[in-house]
Amino acid sequence: MVEAEAIELLLHKVVSRYGYDFSDYARASLHRRIDLFYTKTKQPSFTLMQERLMQDPVFFMNFVEQITVNVTEMFRDAGFYKMLREHVLPVLATYPFIRIWHAGCSTGEEVFSLAILLKEANLLHKSILYATDINQAVLAKAKTGIFHVATMRQNSENYIRSGGKEDFSVYYHANHNNAKFDSALSEKMIFSTHNLVADASFNEFQLILCRNVLIYFNRELQGKVLQLFDRSLDSLGFLALGSKESLKFSPIAGYYKQVVYNEKVWRKNK
Amino acid sequence: MAQEQINKAGLIIIGGSSGSLEVLMKVLPALKKDFAIPLIIIMHRNTVADSALTELFASRTSLNVKEADEKDALQAGYIYIAPPDYHLLTEADRTLSLDVSERVHYCRPSIDVSFMSAAVAYKNELVAILLSGANADGAAGIKTIKEAGGYTIVQEPGEAGVSYMPEQALLTNAVDRVMKGDELAEWLNNLK
Ligand SMILES: C[S@@+](CC[C@H](N)C(=O)[O-])C[C@H]1O[C@@H](n2cnc3c(N)ncnc32)[C@H](O)[C@@H]1O
Repeated sequence: MVEAEAIELLLHKVVSRYGYDFSDYARASLHRRIDLFYTKTKQPSFTLMQERLMQDPVFFMNFVEQITVNVTEMFRDAGFYKMLREHVLPVLATYPFIRIWHAGCSTGEEVFSLAILLKEANLLHKSILYATDINQAVLAKAKTGIFHVATMRQNSENYIRSGGKEDFSVYYHANHNNAKFDSALSEKMIFSTHNLVADASFNEFQLILCRNVLIYFNRELQGKVLQLFDRSLDSLGFLALGSKESLKFSPIAGYYKQVVYNEKVWRKNK
Repeated sequence: MAQEQINKAGLIIIGGSSGSLEVLMKVLPALKKDFAIPLIIIMHRNTVADSALTELFASRTSLNVKEADEKDALQAGYIYIAPPDYHLLTEADRTLSLDVSERVHYCRPSIDVSFMSAAVAYKNELVAILLSGANADGAAGIKTIKEAGGYTIVQEPGEAGVSYMPEQALLTNAVDRVMKGDELAEWLNNLK
């Protein structure tokens, strides 16, 4: 394993050369991912890898893509989506226009899942889903609306557990290994890069989802990002986090109320 | 015995898969009330319903049992259970963190992932125990822990419900001690 000091030095060089600041990421995972990148790319030595990262922006972007964790799935935690259907969408339905932000959307499965929920609640026509990530490669994939057909069985099961009543296959066309999702869903999506560490708020939303992203940040950065969400939410907006994330201990906790006991959605109240 | 090799145990980490639940159900009740070393348990989650595991263990010991949350500070008197579908990592500042990255050996939580990060954080203050299982997960972690100066134990394959996992660990030549499930609690109670 690479020494912790070498990792710190590398992170330091990365900020000064490229402006990407990973210094407030939780170290254990970051360390592991950098180790994996180093092994996978078969660099002759850690020092040489560092030099190449400094000189080769394409190699560096590849590094960013590999050290971030992009694992995701459709209707991840089906109970969460069920709760959105029952407690959040009925409120959003009362608005003339619905703006949603998926921060850290990865390859887009979460965005397509929500679009399906909105469609079934007859809200998609008045919604826009902004989906952002630090990683350009996952966004490019998300934009295609194409997912591996082998995941569709699990997706369909999750969909049903989320309260879905359709035959899930109505939402995509299968072709060889690909399942291409209905463009009526993706028409309402806007994908773009956005770095939660450095970039500003860009709109005012009724719902922000940031799931399984904050677990990679230290407490301080978590607080900063939650404040960014707070600035980007309507006065009665909703904020949704991952199943092991919470507003507890955060600077904004006082202005938010959990919508359903034990479910990871809070409503702003100020 | 070889316990003298361990200067000061700061953390105990236990990994297990099929056949390990039985062992833990005997070890945990036998730990002394003032057991003063934090303990982490990584169990592959196919044996027990997910939420049930923490409750099940809690019902068998007077120590505090909690499903691990990110940023939990590791404390004496606590047993931390890796939550389903997350890898559980230990930070250098002796807090916990969670990660949803790819499965390792088809597993999330993976024992290797937890063992390796604990090795970095606790070095020679770490004691690791690998129990019964039908998976190679844990073996690489045992090796890393040994290299970092930690102390490694595996359950005796002959008495393990499934011998494969401890056997794979033994192949690394990085195991300090082979123990029977019945010996574990007393050994742990005598740790400093
Ligand atoms: C584990 S995925 C979560 C995907 C999805 N939200 C879910 O829960 O299934 C975490 C995502 O956060 C992104 N991410 C990490 N750091 C980020 C940052 N500073 N700004 C924006 N996105 C970031 C990663 O690129 C990755 O796609």
